[in-house]
Amino acid sequence: MNLKPETFQRIDEVITHYPVKRSATLPLLHLIQEDAGHISDEAITWIAQKLELQPINVLEVVTFYPMFRRAPIGRRHIKVCRTLSCALSGGYKTCETFEKEFCTHRGEISPDGEVTVEFVECLASCGTAPVVLIDETLHTKVDATKAKQLSDQIKAEAAARK
Amino acid sequence: MPAPAQQRIIFQHIDEPGYTNDIECYLRNGGYEVLKKSVARPPADLIDEVKKSGLRGRGGAGFPCGVKWGLVDRKSGKPIYLIVNADESEPGTFKDRYIMHQDPHQLIEGTIISCFANNVKQAYIYIRGEMPEGARILEKAIAEARAKNFVGPNILGTGYSCEIYVHRGAGAYICGEETGLIESLEGKRANPRIKPPYFPAVLGLYQCPTIVNNVETLCHVRYIAEHGGEAYSKIGTPGNTGTRIFCVSGHVQRPGYYEFPAGTITMGQLLNDVCGGPLPGRTFKAVIPGGSSAKVLRFGERYKGKRKVGADMVDYDWGVEDVPMDFDSLAMIGSMGGSGGVIVMDDTVNMVEALANINAFYSHESCGQCTPCREGSLWMKKISARMVHGDARPQDGALLKSVADQIPGRTICAFGEACSWPTQSFIIKFKDEFDAYSEVKKTLPADRRVLV
Ligand SMILES: Cc1cc2nc3c(=O)[nH]c(=O)nc-3n(C[C@H](O)[C@H](O)[C@H](O)COP(=O)(O)O)c2cc1C
Ligand code: SF4
Ligand code: FES
Repeated sequence: MNLKPETFQRIDEVITHYPVKRSATLPLLHLIQEDAGHISDEAITWIAQKLELQPINVLEVVTFYPMFRRAPIGRRHIKVCRTLSCALSGGYKTCETFEKEFCTHRGEISPDGEVTVEFVECLASCGTAPVVLIDETLHTKVDATKAKQLSDQIKAEAAARK
Repeated sequence: MPAPAQQRIIFQHIDEPGYTNDIECYLRNGGYEVLKKSVARPPADLIDEVKKSGLRGRGGAGFPCGVKWGLVDRKSGKPIYLIVNADESEPGTFKDRYIMHQDPHQLIEGTIISCFANNVKQAYIYIRGEMPEGARILEKAIAEARAKNFVGPNILGTGYSCEIYVHRGAGAYICGEETGLIESLEGKRANPRIKPPYFPAVLGLYQCPTIVNNVETLCHVRYIAEHGGEAYSKIGTPGNTGTRIFCVSGHVQRPGYYEFPAGTITMGQLLNDVCGGPLPGRTFKAVIPGGSSAKVLRFGERYKGKRKVGADMVDYDWGVEDVPMDFDSLAMIGSMGGSGGVIVMDDTVNMVEALANINAFYSHESCGQCTPCREGSLWMKKISARMVHGDARPQDGALLKSVADQIPGRTICAFGEACSWPTQSFIIKFKDEFDAYSEVKKTLPADRRVLV
């Protein structure tokens, strides 16, 4: 497995948190996904070996939990809340705005590789609806105007990198 | 009657200017003093205080916390685990988020006190995966508390040791259900376990006795340890003691979180006085009082019956606005207080579309073990989505309800009830809208707000 030395360190640390190694399955998947971007076949076999499990024990976990992915996504991950309180405040419009801004569809990587826009279920911030989680940062009251602003910001950051 | 004043015992410091989530700030505000006093007491005393307090769990079911602790198998010789349920994923609920982000040490202090009371040596905080920042804040706070000897080996020189680790979920709602959570913490799919025999208090994490409590519940324990169970039981009303945090979202002027003594505020006071009433030019149509699975209430309907007030039985005749916001009153009128998530819908909402949104949620989140739940939630989603996006038929309401009616009582966990209650209640209470949807749909403006 090709991971940062720091990731290996954190993996060895987190396994000590549990009396039973298997419990470290989710933490290991998180750490590897954060480092590698997604969960490859190699990662599944590697985790299974590390935790003395069968690969199927890891694969069944990966396929159960929506946050784990088997394929790469765009550079930024835009998760728009789809659930009732956000929808009541225009969440669908918010999602559409992001899709339009990046010429993409839900669940796909945008043509410029910059973002993947997705709908997710309630993010537990319904009082500030509609909400959007971009990578690890929660944005509140994201109406269409604010979605446009956030998109512009992402585009500007992408341009600065080039 | 005007609304009573808020009484913030759990949210005391939330949004307070200058209040930060580091340990220095917490200590300046008297933090960990309660822990110091608690570890000098016999653990059984602390359990007694919690029993006396009447504290009911804030995760959804409202089960008495002291009773739950009393059920723990202490004779098996196995270690006892405590899990903090920080999965907060019932739509409409957003209180635990603020505790963890803004006042994490309150939770850690409450957790260690609860661990000490129950002779727990290892606790886990199971936080939902979509709160990466919350997980980092908690990890930092635990490290700070460990450095000050409030967590870890030989706490405050008492010889008592207890570790807390943060464990992140990965986007599955069912991890909030306590036995699903336990499976998930064991590194598996979050398939809830069947009870009996898998009551967490006896056969929980690693088949050991396990206490699962909600984030907010454990903060109440800290307060109870400080002020005593007796004093706590005087806040609120008998049977519904302490304060309740309401998370109000949807169509009101001022959505947000509000903490009141339990049972002292009515729905009308909460929505009109506290939250500023409906948006300009609109009227309230419906409200879901306790997270999206709670049965919907329709403005204009009346609830009648007899209820106990002190020693007497008295008649009540309430509209939605008159209902006191406590576990028992909401249960009496056929809904529930649940997690305190109040979702408000005004007259711009079409109830078929709102239900279709809710059904999409439950169908996405069913773990799939039980056929009635897996298939039922899927078909409720498909039918309601078809009504909105394809053909709607006058008999669809009845069809939806017939699917919903076949789920509850036939599943492993309470998700079966949770996913059928919205459909059942929407169709009973808004039958007119379901019956007429096929016609009404033709006249709805093309640019209206999309809900599903
Ligand atoms: C489908 C389902 C989802 C649940 N989600 C949560 C949740 O997100 N957070 C929570 O604290 N409790 C949740 N619960 C309730 C827990 O199973 C459990 O009763 C609770 O954590 C106990 O804590 P308490 O007694 O302190 O309330 C859920 C229950 C069910 C059936
Ligand atoms: S009721 Fe639904 S969520 Fe619960 S165990 Fe059965 S299939 Fe899973
Ligand atoms: S409904 Fe969007 S955060 Fe809860």
